[in-house]
Amino acid sequence: MSATVLTDQEIHCYHCGEPCLNDKIRAEEKIFCCEGCKMVYGILNQSELCDYYSLNENPGINQRIRVRQDKFAFLDDAKIQEELISFQDDKQVHITFYLPQMHCSSCLYLLENLHRLNPGVVSSKVNFTRKEAEIVFLKEKTSLRRVAETLTSIGYEPYISLNDLKEKRPAIDKSMVYQLGVAGFAFGNIMLMSFPEYLGIDASERGLLEIFRWANFALAIPVLLYSALPFYISSWKSLKHKFLNIDAPIALAIIITFIRSAWEVLSGTGGGYFDSMTGIVFFMLAGRIVQDKTYRQLSFERDYTSYFPIAVSVLKNGLETPTTLPEIKPGDTLLIHNEELIPADGILTRGKAFIDYSFVTGESLPVQKEIGEIVYAGGKQTEGTIEMLVVKEVTQSYLTKLWNRDEFKEKEEINTRSFVHLLSRYFTYIVLTLATATAIYWYFNDPSRIWPAVTAIFIIACPCALFLSNTFTNGNVLSILGRNRLYMRNAQAIEDMALATHIVFDKTGTLTSTREQDIRWEGLDLDPARLEIIAALADQSNHPLSKALARHIGRKSSLPFTSFREIPGQGIEGEAGNQQYRLGSAVFVTGHSHAARGTSVFVRIGDQVYGHFHFSNHYRESIPELIRELKKDFRLSVLSGDTADEQDNLIRLMGRNTSLLFHQKPEDKLNYIKQLQAEGGKVMMIGDGLNDAGALKQSDIGIAVAEQTNNFTPSSDAIIEARQLSKLTRFIRLCKANRNIIVASFVLSIVYNVIGLFFAVQGTLSPVIAAILMPSSSLSILLLTFGSSSLIARRLKL
Amino acid sequence: MSVIIILLIASISIAALFLGAFLWGVKTGQFEDDFSPSSRILFEDKPSSTKTV
Repeated sequence: MSATVLTDQEIHCYHCGEPCLNDKIRAEEKIFCCEGCKMVYGILNQSELCDYYSLNENPGINQRIRVRQDKFAFLDDAKIQEELISFQDDKQVHITFYLPQMHCSSCLYLLENLHRLNPGVVSSKVNFTRKEAEIVFLKEKTSLRRVAETLTSIGYEPYISLNDLKEKRPAIDKSMVYQLGVAGFAFGNIMLMSFPEYLGIDASERGLLEIFRWANFALAIPVLLYSALPFYISSWKSLKHKFLNIDAPIALAIIITFIRSAWEVLSGTGGGYFDSMTGIVFFMLAGRIVQDKTYRQLSFERDYTSYFPIAVSVLKNGLETPTTLPEIKPGDTLLIHNEELIPADGILTRGKAFIDYSFVTGESLPVQKEIGEIVYAGGKQTEGTIEMLVVKEVTQSYLTKLWNRDEFKEKEEINTRSFVHLLSRYFTYIVLTLATATAIYWYFNDPSRIWPAVTAIFIIACPCALFLSNTFTNGNVLSILGRNRLYMRNAQAIEDMALATHIVFDKTGTLTSTREQDIRWEGLDLDPARLEIIAALADQSNHPLSKALARHIGRKSSLPFTSFREIPGQGIEGEAGNQQYRLGSAVFVTGHSHAARGTSVFVRIGDQVYGHFHFSNHYRESIPELIRELKKDFRLSVLSGDTADEQDNLIRLMGRNTSLLFHQKPEDKLNYIKQLQAEGGKVMMIGDGLNDAGALKQSDIGIAVAEQTNNFTPSSDAIIEARQLSKLTRFIRLCKANRNIIVASFVLSIVYNVIGLFFAVQGTLSPVIAAILMPSSSLSILLLTFGSSSLIARRLKL
Repeated sequence: MSVIIILLIASISIAALFLGAFLWGVKTGQFEDDFSPSSRILFEDKPSSTKTV
């Protein structure tokens, strides 16, 4: 194997594949981009785990962020341990860690060989889909903290959040799959044993017929009592709320079919409709599972707790003590290390804060705060260590307070919105009327036929075709959208999306990209040579602004700086070509503060201040086109937490009919959505940060934008990958088509029902006709729904 | 034709066996993670076996 991967004469790191600045960091002829990567290689080499590199090329994750020594000190705390550990006895401890960095088979290899890196580990088993590792370790030989540190040292830092403290993750409910299995088993066998009944049997073998009937009866019982449970439960719930949903007539049909069939077997008059009954249950369970298939790796429920850490360091008498967040009181002094999150509102008491609020606002550039200024919860400190005095408890902060509002209190909600329930209700009324009419008719003509005719109506007229067309269309549309990286929380979201009349955008992070900035030079002319030196100087620093600047100028060279110096929170300086270069804040570079709007990096060469680079938000490329299309059909609004600096740009982008609101607090955003809804609008909210969480929740459909789907997203009805935002109009069109497909297949199913009812009202519905009608109608509806939804998706190029 | 009864019993019990296998598979989570088992088989030395709990 070659030591390094050489392409375009660039040197790439052997561990993570990032381009290296120089070839100075080496180990055994292999070149690394940073000490972190080299260290991981060292660890793996020592434990003879270098197969890791042969499974995938450059599988490693960038190691540039050094992990602080005491980062996992809180794991020594018995109370925290108890919350996290899933099982323990005298010797062993079982713990499941969420490791978001896991991404390939090499990761799997490494994590399952953890016992070679840490002898105290007994076993580790990875669940790749959920990005979890279940680790068993010996108490004597190692500790929870040491296991977490081992994982971190090889690049898989466990993600432990405040959310883990609240409750254990609920196990996935598999009962519907069991029920489907049982129904399928019963359905298949009953079909088989119904053949003699349908095809006729020799008079001398009548005894056998009895046996088959009784066997069918026996097989149908578990379907009635177990497999059909979801329908009973759901219809019972809806009836309790005085609402008739689609499951109620279905449950009724299942029960009546069973009673009628049982009566036929007991009285020896026929074989009953056990095959139809089990078949209905089987198909409908399958439909429901298709529709409810969720994206397990995504979470639509995240609130601030899954983002906040489980504990932070509190300074008491000069000592750092790890404290869980709920125990933090106003008046405590918190020590926030580099790359750590600020968990509560407070006042900065020591150090220079450089806070990245991208998770909250979507703004990617860090904000600088001086001692005495208020820092808000949710930001991430990006340079050095700071101390802060807590002013408000964690749950009372500017950001988290939102979750105490009524909108966020979970209610047991039954879905009453879907138009499918409405359709099924009309359907049920018609069927009931028809049944009564039939009963009255036969009462006067031939009372012995009341019972067979009325039961047959209920059997044939169950809205299962509507149910099937609904679940399978939804299921297929969900998976088409999922393929296009728009992940819906559930099927209701499709309908809500189709009905939206008003679209509200968040500005920062949604319309603009968090990854790129527009950088403009303001000042004296810079010649290319100087520009190159500035780029090289900026490239030396890890500061987000420097990185963005180096990327923007784009020329890479490794000029030797004789005296490179980085002053955290202020800037960088270095000497090249006998001239002193200084980049950084106005105070650092020019000596006095500057009233520039927005974020700027100032430049001084020698004694001359040349000017500054002005940073501003970069609108995503696809946005103007998208807005043009959306403007035709929707009312649009833009909400921004920022100042009105961007107003002119936005008016140009959005047109004059768009409402633009600035200085919006999280609660203002929520109230704005409420106001639109009060005016009768169906609101779609598209946002990305925690400050949009309230609006996302309040809106009829909230879509969270994520650069990468395993990044943090606030709770929402759907998650979309930022790059796919341009397809939004097509997504909405597909959701609208979804409804038409359901209605169309429902019409088809009514045709089947009319044929069936024709026999049923006469009391001549034979089990053979039922047995042919039921599966053929179900299958043709399946084909129609899948076929047409896929066809429409293809026409829309999704 | 009592042989039909035997066939009937045989067919149902085989079907029941498959049902049991399916339920067991779902219960032990074999349908949950379709990536790890397929890669795990390629690793040369196995991770240490789980010792008795």
